[in-house]
Amino acid sequence: MERDTHFILGVYEDEDVLLHAVEEVRSSGVKIHEVYTPYPIHGLEHVLGYKRSRLPIAAFLFGMLGTTLALTMQFYMMRFDWPMIIGGKDFAAFPDFIPVTFELTVLLAAFGMVGVFMISSNLKPWAQPRIFDVRSTDDKHIMAIDIANNSALEVDKIKEILKSSGATEVNNKSFEE
Amino acid sequence: MQVTSSVRQPLVTGGKTYHDVTHDVSRQVEGKPSLAWFLAFLTAVGTLAIGFIAVAATVWEGIGMWGLNKTVGWAWDITNFVWWVGIGHAGTLISAVLLLFRQKWRTSINRAAEAMTIFAVICAAMFPVLHMGRPWLGAYWALPLPNTFGSLWVNFNSPLLWDVFAISTYFSVSLVFWYIGLIPDFATIRDRATGLRKTIYGALSFGWDGAAKTWMRYESVSLILAGLATPLVLSVHTIVSFDFATSVIPGWHTTIFPPYFVAGAIFSGFAMVLTLMIITRKVFKLEDYITMGHIELMNIVIIITGSIVGIAYITEFFIAWYSGVEAEQYAFINRATGPYWWAYWSMMTCNVISPQLFWFKKIRTSIVATFALSIVVNIGMWFERFVIIVTSLHRDFLPSSWAMFYPSWADVGVYLFTFGLFFTLFFLFAKFFPVINMAEVKSVLKSSSEKAAK
Repeated sequence: MERDTHFILGVYEDEDVLLHAVEEVRSSGVKIHEVYTPYPIHGLEHVLGYKRSRLPIAAFLFGMLGTTLALTMQFYMMRFDWPMIIGGKDFAAFPDFIPVTFELTVLLAAFGMVGVFMISSNLKPWAQPRIFDVRSTDDKHIMAIDIANNSALEVDKIKEILKSSGATEVNNKSFEE
Repeated sequence: MQVTSSVRQPLVTGGKTYHDVTHDVSRQVEGKPSLAWFLAFLTAVGTLAIGFIAVAATVWEGIGMWGLNKTVGWAWDITNFVWWVGIGHAGTLISAVLLLFRQKWRTSINRAAEAMTIFAVICAAMFPVLHMGRPWLGAYWALPLPNTFGSLWVNFNSPLLWDVFAISTYFSVSLVFWYIGLIPDFATIRDRATGLRKTIYGALSFGWDGAAKTWMRYESVSLILAGLATPLVLSVHTIVSFDFATSVIPGWHTTIFPPYFVAGAIFSGFAMVLTLMIITRKVFKLEDYITMGHIELMNIVIIITGSIVGIAYITEFFIAWYSGVEAEQYAFINRATGPYWWAYWSMMTCNVISPQLFWFKKIRTSIVATFALSIVVNIGMWFERFVIIVTSLHRDFLPSSWAMFYPSWADVGVYLFTFGLFFTLFFLFAKFFPVINMAEVKSVLKSSSEKAAK
């Protein structure tokens, strides 16, 4: 089924104006779909009311998995499966297992976290993102407002709120999907 | 728009706007390559081709092609391996350690430095792989797989195996860190492009749209990756130094090796970053992004790490005398006054004396002097590894087996090959990838100077 989605876009030039604008627009009852910026802006996630990312937890869990796998592997191979006398060392030479354990912890934590990041943010080579305004990867901050989600307010009213919050341009954008 | 402060030097000069940043960096990717780039690229590919003869000869005939003998069984190859791995330390240090320390000047140089790291580690990996003699088997010999002819595992007590894990983890984590940083910039290029370029950079950008939520996760991922990469970068050269330190060869069996190798690695890595950045900023006209301030700060890192290396050399010598172990004392006296005295004193001059010149502000803010000294430092660091490795081995335990090491043409050729490989990859990167992290530079364009003014 084809469905059109209609957005109102507020274009902002300055990051500080944008931060205040997001607060203003939200307090006047408009639901913001998303804000698109060319670079990370500190504090934007707070004013948008996003919860802290749980990616560090994912990294920790994958790291734990790495530690466990590495130690299990080394003790199994060196102590149980095929014990060998190497330089008179103990079969279960724990200090010798630390470097590989550390490396595998880092490897799994990094790859696990990045994998979760890719999946949760839908980053993949064949992804077809909605580009609201090509300038959002150059020098403009784009605030997108989904009209369907703001049926309580009139379109002209939303545009007025955006203008008064400091948007230099207010545009319409529709996607046919 | 850029706001400049009267208190602090701006990180980016020339009053750049956000759009200027996009334009200045993307135009290198979008425009036709210059004649200078073509000449440089062809030289690199030519070196690669000539060096390939030596690589082919080594693989075809075996490592008997190298100048190793029964006394000096490890020389040119491991020297080059350690040298390249050392160079490969600056990139992750700049992007990870300086991120944790909130050093915002890193944003202009981290992309190219990380690229350099990745290429240097690829070059380093050539040597152990070739030294295996049958590199096509090396792919699985080093992995913890049961031997097909019994169920013998790899030896987890061996520092050489730790190296396999350390280098491959370092390479893959650095690659991921670098690529995550590239994604937003590929999206910038995608949004400026049409046709085939749009398709290619669209795929490379993984569908990045710059949503606030994605940026939040991106920041979180960068910080955690930096936290993981910081101990990783320290662990890699520590483990490389274990290759020597855990042995019982006088001159190698030293507890000072891990910190001393790490300092040396940062030292040589920053020198290589300077060599490359001075050329890149000139050829690509990026003087406003990689400013004299950046060069000066990198030179200060070189003074510090160079001094640590100098202190380590002296400490090593003192401890050899103080230990009272005759073999150890002989190993060090032989380094300084034996048949390889010239290598030892080249190392001392290049690594200990030359970086001290950077105490003079005139020298550390001179492009010509910095460029020359950055090459001198890397020559010195090559000699450091050569001195540690060859002088400790060539006087064997029995005087009847004392020998000298002479590199063969194949040794030199394989080294040339890695130079060709390194520069070929670097020039391709410089042409097709944005050499400066646009998104991160934009994020410091305003705040860095405005906050200082308040």
